[in-house]
Amino acid sequence: MKTFGGPVLFLDRSDINTDEIIPAKYLTEITKEDLKPYILEDLKLPGFDPKGEKTVNARVIVSRANFGCGSSREHAPWVFEVNGITAVIAESFARIFRQNMFNCGMAAIELPAADLDQIFSHSGEADAAMSIDIESGVLTMSGGGKQKAFSFEISPFDKALVLAGGWVDYADQKY
Amino acid sequence: MGKTTAEKIFDAHLVNEPFPGTKVLRLDAVLCHEITTPIAIDDLIRRGKDRVFDTTKIKAVIDHVTPSKDTKTATQAKILRDWARRHDIKDFFDVGANGVCHALFPERGFIRPGYTVIMGDSHTCTHGAFGAFAAGVGTTDLEVGILKGVCAFRQPKTIKFNVTGALPKGVYAKDVILHIIGKIGVNGATDRVMEFHGSTIDDMSMESRMTLCNMAIEAGGTSGICQPDMTTVDYLWPFIKDDFAGREAALADYSQWRADADAEYDQVIEIDVTILQPTVTFGYKPDQVKTVTEMAGAPLDQIYIGSCTNGRIEDLRIAAQILKGHKLAPNVRGILSPATPAIFKSAAKEGLIDIFMEAGFCVTNPTCGACLGMSNGVLANDEVCASTTNRNFMGRMGKGGMVHLMSPATAAASAIEGKIADPRKYL
Repeated sequence: MKTFGGPVLFLDRSDINTDEIIPAKYLTEITKEDLKPYILEDLKLPGFDPKGEKTVNARVIVSRANFGCGSSREHAPWVFEVNGITAVIAESFARIFRQNMFNCGMAAIELPAADLDQIFSHSGEADAAMSIDIESGVLTMSGGGKQKAFSFEISPFDKALVLAGGWVDYADQKY
Repeated sequence: MGKTTAEKIFDAHLVNEPFPGTKVLRLDAVLCHEITTPIAIDDLIRRGKDRVFDTTKIKAVIDHVTPSKDTKTATQAKILRDWARRHDIKDFFDVGANGVCHALFPERGFIRPGYTVIMGDSHTCTHGAFGAFAAGVGTTDLEVGILKGVCAFRQPKTIKFNVTGALPKGVYAKDVILHIIGKIGVNGATDRVMEFHGSTIDDMSMESRMTLCNMAIEAGGTSGICQPDMTTVDYLWPFIKDDFAGREAALADYSQWRADADAEYDQVIEIDVTILQPTVTFGYKPDQVKTVTEMAGAPLDQIYIGSCTNGRIEDLRIAAQILKGHKLAPNVRGILSPATPAIFKSAAKEGLIDIFMEAGFCVTNPTCGACLGMSNGVLANDEVCASTTNRNFMGRMGKGGMVHLMSPATAAASAIEGKIADPRKYL
């Protein structure tokens, strides 16, 4: 199983699409590692720098509704993975992106908007970090001397994929 | 309790339900292209599992960047080509025979009512036009599909769209689907199938139904689905004529996939097309739509007619009808990319290619190219394109570029005027 949790990158907008996460012109790369420099290259948000320290250090992304909409490219989870980000927390996900995350043994976790508002209240803090316990379904947001736990649910199948490390080995054993 | 089309297909293809709510389905078609498949192939080799579940149910095409533009794209094409040869994939389409996947595969009769179809491409939902369940997936799902012929899905709920009325002049399937996306939003159908019914759909050609289903993903939909009918049978007839005693027999068989009258829907949405106008996107999301009247006069640099949404022969005929006898405005350049070689040949035979070239269009080989900013029409920073494609994300057609999505008719009228223009005055 992958490890989850660490410094948080806040992306405060809905409908962040896969072209913003990894532009199509980089889909000609043959290895996942080659995608690394291009993370979130076309995303334009106030205060966001795709090359900045917050992006480089991030292990978790927190965003809003319909994260990962658009193309089916699994390059989107891959570019996160090769940059050390293994979990995305959002109000909702586009179906293909969400499944791609779990198929790679990564986590796409949905939380209600009110919980996300509380988590986003930490976005100005330099030490904003999150711990995530997949087994128990609890994540803990900390920063600025405060911390708070939130419970979440992922489907039994998605949980099995995270625990197994992905879909290929699981499917080859069972089908 | 009756069933929706997707429910019938799920029940008929169910392998098992490993966990509550997750259904593993047997696949009838696994479609592959050179952008998302090579990494799956590479991974299978690395795992010592370089096998395919069925050499006839897997179809492959080089379409996104073709002919290859550089070493990287040539390498992707070579990985797919070598793999197809190594495994004796019966239907592999290389340079010369290749075209945009979601136009080429249906044209070859590969998609039938009741099928389950996956591809590592979000616009796979197009194939639901045949009464199939067709879903875009990522590379890992594709890899398992290639290896095992199965895919896991959450059982989607279904939204029924009851689309009624005769299409007004200048309004086409593209305008209908842009209107629907504008109405329900870019995640209005997430984890939902969009099932299209009603007199407007009944009157549509298969090409128009494919345009409609193609953009289901732009509302988050898992698959668009139309109901199989005699139009479906007629389209498929050259490929199925030996399988049935006659067209009525084919229709009777395919009708098993039509939704039951008492099927239960997540939502039912009524669409009256008689009040629609030609529709154009204005922002960077496909649900940001306005009427052409509101958008008329917006500046343009490029016109693009093509793609899996609107690069079929019907689209070329409509655009050519408007362009005939006109020239591109001097401030814009025009690009036509017929979606398949067969469409290109028909367009040449019908004189449509002449009309486009007389108007000043560049006619390219069939490819996805410019739609996703990879080749054959990439925009520069701050440039704007009137496009018949499906996605208007910021930078989609080139970094810093903007795309207005519209029908081939509106694109053709805009080509003549060099700014967004109403097609109705040319019809």
